[in-house]
Amino acid sequence: MTITRARLPEPGPSPPFTFPAIQKSTLPNGLRLWTVRHSQVPIVAFMLLVRRGAAFDPAGKEGLAAVTADMLDEGSGDRSAIDMHEAIARLGAQFDIDIGSDATAASVTVLSRFTDRALGLLSDIVVRPALREEDFSRVRQLRLHRLTQIRDMPGALADRAFLKLLYGIHPYGHPPIGTEASLASMTIDDVRSYHARAIRPGDATLVTVGDCDHQAIEDLARAAFADWTGAADGTVAADEEWPKGARLNIVPRPSAPQSELRIGHVGVSRDTPDYHALLVGNAILGGQFVSRINLNLREDKGVTYGARTAFEFRRLPGPFALQVSVQTSATAQAIEESIREIVEIRGSRPVTADELSLGIAGITRGYARNFETAEQISRAAMQLALYDLPEDYYAQFVPRIERVTIDDVSRVMSRHLDPARLTTLIVGDLDAIGADIGRLGLGEPVVVAHDSF
Amino acid sequence: MNITFTKHTLDNGLDVLLHEDHACPIAAVNLWYHVGSKNERPGKTGFAHLFEHLMFEGSEHHDRGFFQPLQGAGATLNGSTNADRTNYWEVVPSGALELALWMESDRMGYLLPALTQAKFDNQRDVVLNERRQNYENRPYGMASMALLAALFPPDHPYHWSTIGEIADLHAVQLDEVHAFFRRYYHPGNASLAIAGDIDVVRTLDLVTQYFGALPAGERVDPVRASAALDGDTRIYIEDRVELPRLYMAWITPAMFADGDADLDLATDLLANGKTSRLYRRLVFEERLATDVSAAQNSREIAGFGQVTATAAPGHTLAEIEQVILDEIARLAHDGPNGDEMERGRVQAESQFVFRLQTVGGFGGKSDQLNAYNVFVGDADYFDRDLQRYQAVTPSSLQQAAAKYLDPAARVTLSIVPRDRVALAAHDSAPAVVA
Repeated sequence: MTITRARLPEPGPSPPFTFPAIQKSTLPNGLRLWTVRHSQVPIVAFMLLVRRGAAFDPAGKEGLAAVTADMLDEGSGDRSAIDMHEAIARLGAQFDIDIGSDATAASVTVLSRFTDRALGLLSDIVVRPALREEDFSRVRQLRLHRLTQIRDMPGALADRAFLKLLYGIHPYGHPPIGTEASLASMTIDDVRSYHARAIRPGDATLVTVGDCDHQAIEDLARAAFADWTGAADGTVAADEEWPKGARLNIVPRPSAPQSELRIGHVGVSRDTPDYHALLVGNAILGGQFVSRINLNLREDKGVTYGARTAFEFRRLPGPFALQVSVQTSATAQAIEESIREIVEIRGSRPVTADELSLGIAGITRGYARNFETAEQISRAAMQLALYDLPEDYYAQFVPRIERVTIDDVSRVMSRHLDPARLTTLIVGDLDAIGADIGRLGLGEPVVVAHDSF
Repeated sequence: MNITFTKHTLDNGLDVLLHEDHACPIAAVNLWYHVGSKNERPGKTGFAHLFEHLMFEGSEHHDRGFFQPLQGAGATLNGSTNADRTNYWEVVPSGALELALWMESDRMGYLLPALTQAKFDNQRDVVLNERRQNYENRPYGMASMALLAALFPPDHPYHWSTIGEIADLHAVQLDEVHAFFRRYYHPGNASLAIAGDIDVVRTLDLVTQYFGALPAGERVDPVRASAALDGDTRIYIEDRVELPRLYMAWITPAMFADGDADLDLATDLLANGKTSRLYRRLVFEERLATDVSAAQNSREIAGFGQVTATAAPGHTLAEIEQVILDEIARLAHDGPNGDEMERGRVQAESQFVFRLQTVGGFGGKSDQLNAYNVFVGDADYFDRDLQRYQAVTPSSLQQAAAKYLDPAARVTLSIVPRDRVALAAHDSAPAVVA
């Protein structure tokens, strides 16, 4: 064999990918048990999913779901908060509680010899948290400090302000952490009541992936979760009415060397039939390194370290947003170029055949690598449970992406991106860029007050 | 528990490490160049990292973006630079291994003919924006630079940070980039690890074909330097922050040296997790701080230990400093207890096993093989690395804490809100940050 540098070698065919089988059963209390055997490494990853998240926060109590999640590992029964963390640490476990708009997930990963002890701890944490007053006061205080610190962080500040601009009082209008006022109004009774209403087995799924056996996990779970009962009450529903605010908004950050930008609007929900075409379209627009917007702003103009766009697909319509941090002097230019790219991909400059094939290949050809570790597989299974996706979802994913055409991309981008509705937010130096952004035709920038989001 | 591999050294000096793992139909290519910011000189900082960017801008036989063909084949890819080394990796479907080798070998052998002034200017602008985003416009973002500058003297290769100084980034010229490439980017200064769904014989054949003909470069001698602190250097920075933060840092043993594992466990038991001593006192019980963390930052020619805590509103860095000093003194005097030792050992074991889960990317098996090969000179080091942690005893840990976390030989950095210098720890002077 001799090599040539005259042309690139043609890759061989992609090996077929099969998502591993999920064994399923349901406990009498409604808790679904899903197990995937993945025995390469002696590890077991548990993930307990409850389909209630920050969008379930009662009005005026924004942040309650997240505080409750944070309180779960603060002791159980006679165990103090410190005892609980000592027990987790003694297993060498990776432990995490994650909360988003639609769900709360507690995860524990351990060496498989600690399987039973880890599951026992997980059930103590989720089912039998102590929820003590003194722990609550500390946890809430730390969250208030965190809110103080977010005021200094341009990216986090932009995310918060942007959600509020897009969603107003809608359940997606606040980040999980809530606000100073809502946290201040909360009591431990709110937390106990939220736990009783939302952290229930009727709608929950325990995903176990690793060096494990379904029947053994079921036997352990049956005992560990025996006294957990009930179903979460209510669901999150909201009118699809969004605020009609200013097109150009700014949170002043005097003498900042960069402007943190968000450009977008409320997008689509996870159950959209356009999901696959939108993934491809977004990859080409701003979802990959070689996207139009990143190549333009980074590789051509050099005004940023990186730009990206994403549709967040949630149970209700989630945001579409461009995120980028650009040098202050290029603020107006970056906004202008980004909006132009968003406008053009809707049809006036449709994606090319090369862009389409590269976008599709980037999503499909290396698909198997997304399922290498136990945690990756459990997160993938969790998506099925969270969004009621069909059993063959992962088997169908690659073929469905491969069927996306240029016309599909133009159609869905034009349907789900609306230039007239785009909201732009700048966290940056108003004095340095004020004059420059006047020419964008987006109106005078409206200063967003710190206490309004 | 080990990573089985074969090692070959090509005639031009390139080390090749191959590891088969057919669990997932992917192959990880991981290429280390033994060059980082420690190979730079004062006035020429930021060079190794800027160079990493240029490696993605095309080479002689593919003078276009590096990402497109690989992404078209289903790869993920990235690179990174630190003080000691630069790494580049691709994770590809197993059928695209040869493409990744073609691309990596072309930029190892044929980068310069494709390197133009325009690419260079563009990536310098990108790096200046990376610096703004990750350092200048980030709260507390300048702390690491100030710490390094105070810990290590001006001629020590760890004195400056990998991102580089702004003036140096503006001053660097294209011909210096060429010289840098010839000096450091050649087979004799590189280590190539390939892990995953591969056939070892065929892969070695491919590697030999693609890399074997590249000329061996001039040997790169190890960088040597020593540093010691002889007092408590107390400095502050005013920043756009609400809450003051205290950093305490010490010069500690290098990666894999005696005392490194002890200090790794010592900093864990001091401030890693809610059961750690400093978290319990500062955050949980006395509520003086809103967060606390600690780490032994192991590097090739020296390490530095670090404790960081942010003051809770209404509390001072003075209170926090006293608690940190108390707890370090207690550890240095009494050593760890049995629970702490058991916790440290099982956490080390778990972390080692967790790391075996991926073949590629940052920290995957291919990256670990290269780390051991480049820094220890022996890729067969996984078990011995774990044994370092299992060999730590209460008395060795105590002695390491006493010797290295010395209150009389440290750097104490305060980051305070602008115009609130009085909030800095006592007797602090303005830090010099370029």
